[in-house]
Amino acid sequence: MSNEGVIYRISGPVVTATGMSAAMYDVVRVGHEGLMGEVIELHGEKAVIQVYEDTSGIRPGEPVLNTEETLSVSLGPGLLTQIYDGIQRPLPTLEKEMGVFITRGVDADAFDLEKIWTFEPQVAVGDAVVGGQVIGHVQETDTIIHKIMVPPTASGTVKSIESGDFNVTQTVCVLEDGTEMQMMQKWPVRTPRPFQQKYAPDTPLVTGMRILDFLFPLAKGGAAGIPGPFGSGKTVTQQSLAKYSDAQLVVYIGCGERGNEMTEVLDEFPHLIDPNTGKPLMERTVMIANTSNMPVAAREASVYTGITIAEYFRDMGYDVALMADSTSRWAEAMREISSRLEEMPGEEGYPAYLSSRIAEFYERAGRVETLNGDDGSVTVIGAVSPPGGDISEPVSQGTLRIVKVFWGLDAGLARQRHFPAINWLNSYSLYPQSLDQWFRDNIAQDFPEIRTQISVLLQIESELQEIVQLVGSDALPVDQQLTLEVARMIREFFLQQNGFHDVDAYCDIHLQYHMAKAILSFQDAAKSAMADGALLNDVVNVPARSDLMRARFEKGYIDRIDSMVKKMNDEIADAVETN
Amino acid sequence: MTGKEYRTITDVKGPLVFLNKTEPVAFGEIVTLRLANGDIKNGQVLDTSDDLVIVQVFEGTAKINRETGVTFMGDVFKLPVSTDLVGRILDGAGRPRDGGPEIVADEKADIIGAAINPYSRQSPNDFIQTGVSAIDLCTSLVRGQKLPIFSASGLPHNDIALQIARQAKLKDSDEEFIVVFCAMGITAEEYNFFRSDLERTGALENAVLFVNLADDPAVERIITPRLALTAAEYLAFEKDYHVLVIYTDMTNYCDALRQIGAAREEVPGRRGYPGYMYTDLAMLYERAGIVKGKKGSITQFPILTMPGDDITHPIPDLSGYITEGQIVISRELHQQGIYPPINVLPSLSRLMGSCIGEKTTREDHKSVSDQMYAAYAQGRELRGLVAIVGEDALNERDKQLLDFSGVFEDKFLRQTRDEDRSIEETLDLCWTLMSSIDTKYLVRLDQKWIEKYHPDNRE
Repeated sequence: MSNEGVIYRISGPVVTATGMSAAMYDVVRVGHEGLMGEVIELHGEKAVIQVYEDTSGIRPGEPVLNTEETLSVSLGPGLLTQIYDGIQRPLPTLEKEMGVFITRGVDADAFDLEKIWTFEPQVAVGDAVVGGQVIGHVQETDTIIHKIMVPPTASGTVKSIESGDFNVTQTVCVLEDGTEMQMMQKWPVRTPRPFQQKYAPDTPLVTGMRILDFLFPLAKGGAAGIPGPFGSGKTVTQQSLAKYSDAQLVVYIGCGERGNEMTEVLDEFPHLIDPNTGKPLMERTVMIANTSNMPVAAREASVYTGITIAEYFRDMGYDVALMADSTSRWAEAMREISSRLEEMPGEEGYPAYLSSRIAEFYERAGRVETLNGDDGSVTVIGAVSPPGGDISEPVSQGTLRIVKVFWGLDAGLARQRHFPAINWLNSYSLYPQSLDQWFRDNIAQDFPEIRTQISVLLQIESELQEIVQLVGSDALPVDQQLTLEVARMIREFFLQQNGFHDVDAYCDIHLQYHMAKAILSFQDAAKSAMADGALLNDVVNVPARSDLMRARFEKGYIDRIDSMVKKMNDEIADAVETN
Repeated sequence: MTGKEYRTITDVKGPLVFLNKTEPVAFGEIVTLRLANGDIKNGQVLDTSDDLVIVQVFEGTAKINRETGVTFMGDVFKLPVSTDLVGRILDGAGRPRDGGPEIVADEKADIIGAAINPYSRQSPNDFIQTGVSAIDLCTSLVRGQKLPIFSASGLPHNDIALQIARQAKLKDSDEEFIVVFCAMGITAEEYNFFRSDLERTGALENAVLFVNLADDPAVERIITPRLALTAAEYLAFEKDYHVLVIYTDMTNYCDALRQIGAAREEVPGRRGYPGYMYTDLAMLYERAGIVKGKKGSITQFPILTMPGDDITHPIPDLSGYITEGQIVISRELHQQGIYPPINVLPSLSRLMGSCIGEKTTREDHKSVSDQMYAAYAQGRELRGLVAIVGEDALNERDKQLLDFSGVFEDKFLRQTRDEDRSIEETLDLCWTLMSSIDTKYLVRLDQKWIEKYHPDNRE
């Protein structure tokens, strides 16, 4: 059989071809227009293909051409700052080729193949090199050095190595066995890139969001799930993470979400400055935007495209964070394709392999020793959109089984305008044990203890609130009323954070610690003052306390917080005397 | 171009017709079916292969038998578009319903519609004043937004939609919207209500109506909104109009989708709706927006009735995940006789942040909106507490907030069906109402706005 066949059947995004030799996951070109597709099932002579573009108007009998390659991404200098669709076509190029509406049959290079980069070699003729080894580098953006690596599958002795200006398709290195290497390489998206070994994560991904860093920290190389009903702030949380987390590179996948929201990100990011480096945020970002009305098969592919790019940068030794918003849309794309294949469904119509696909995806996260002996990580943060906000559904459950951090968004909190609307009672992180040493060494010796005290207060508050619901807060003893007051301070002063405020949006981890200490310090001062006869009302209403709370919106807070706490404590102590 | 007529029908099931051995038929191709009595029905290809073709028949399959002749029209479904559409009433399949002539086409547009490249979109940020206080203050509408009304049977969502259509305008501008109205499975009575209201106000001249009524074929509803949006896209992106698309009722549309899914024996998702309903709805809702380099815009107002008032039902749930917020109509408020009975607490406009403030509405808008919302939310919560412990147990602050929640509903929400409040009037009204609460409890208001706008500080 040849690599050319004909279309036998078309049903939405699923096309069946006959008369063609094909292997699973081969990329094919469908119809006269050459629409891109991928073989996903074989039945005797017939190959079932999922097509990444709209199939209306295509007829049985049209040709199908097998490229005999698997779905791959192009990797090399030029990736950063790009905005791709689900199959790595740059959206600006698509706009140039087809106007504002995405039509079909257009092929586009992932980045400019002609652009000249200055290649600086790091190996010499006669050096033995192995897969993954760095042979040279390119300054891709101000902040990121793009390391050119030997493809994972190659190795040998360097016969020649170039230096100077080249484009990504010119050969920069030749091995004795004749292998030629360019700055661009390809990698199949459904195959994880190899590494030497996985390490246990021991460093937190600092996000600047107090509730996340302080109460439910995520490790670099870890995986987190953010489930929440609509309107609870999943996208805002994901965007804040993309903006402020201290990863060196960010891959942001807008998977089956709103067009206008994606546009907002595309408009906003180029103007934002990375708080960690002071450079434009775009310079460390790769974006993938496959909105809800773009072809469903490309949505299925988009998360793989994203994670392969993330792994590639990990292999250079970088800490990469990947945000996928939303993995539910990805799962639904799988469901849609599966139902077109008439597969036997599992729960809620999702295919039986749903949970294993989810697990495989999150398992590509991790902190690793790369092939070249460096240390790199991919952190994956997946948003989940459970129908009706009920996380007993298959996608949420499949995610929760595998991730170690759960940030549960809560519609009730969102309705009270408590943002980020992450529920502190049901969220969890399993990383504190492995990260506590880092917090002790880098922030403060007693950091884990302070965290425990804060979470215990929040727990007690939820119990007290049940009583308050029945009898009102005045019926409680004053020490419990104080506890409620302290917990309210934790909620309003510490957990609430305005993601749109210039200063408050990003909170330094040291400052987080000082703010938590300030709350506990208020509690101690108030307790001792009340033991000496001060009234709860006087203690709570000291002016310095509200000054302290309001000042978090001002720059330079960290320099003043200690003196403000002292002033507050003095005023509380005075409350005893005035009484 | 039309091909030859086939008489190879093997099976007929619900709205679907199955044929054997045809020419190569395109996916999505239009089909005409000629019945023994000469009647013509139309359909579209859902599945095609060398051996078998599945056709979805829009007008229902009554009277179709194995002798029915089937002709493939060689093209996918297209709508003839031109500016002549404005002022016309068409049926659910795009044929004139008003007795007027056929539409003379400038061009024919594919009704499926291509996705807008997210890179080519322009962020919506022009505030639309609807004249309805609850919407303008709390869920501000932006040109290019898709903002559905989540309602339920027996509630006045149609009045609200019409009031918005009548009053919506850019602040300080007389520029009017072209209304594209799309009815899916509503009753003749509801339709007459819409039409006579549009006629009465003269808006009909600036409107295009696509009408599929409750007794029209259910399957036709699948294409009706696509026709409406194709017309809207033409008017907005080819002819520079600002278009407001109102479609009602999305619930009927989704039920038609379910009907076809069931006939095809597809594996159903939640509550029997097809697994691809999210994608299908997205392909309608996402056709709102503004694109770079074009003057026009499409703003969408889909109306859906939540079965059993349940916001977690798949239809409102999937819609909420795609649209940029929602306006929720409350039965409780309606029963208290309040019009418009909009419950601002679960309502939301995701694009609000980009369209309010000093340059567009007024500098205190955000602050006032937050405070009104917070005070009302707390007041509502206190109602529950009062039911248990009685009003006497409340402290002074709580009493004021409790009273405020009543005033909010009675004075702020309530307005008449033709009352068109400007945003300044709405904001001033808010200040007047909030003055019943001691300013020290109004913690979300900036001090500088209190000094400038609080009734105590104004002449």
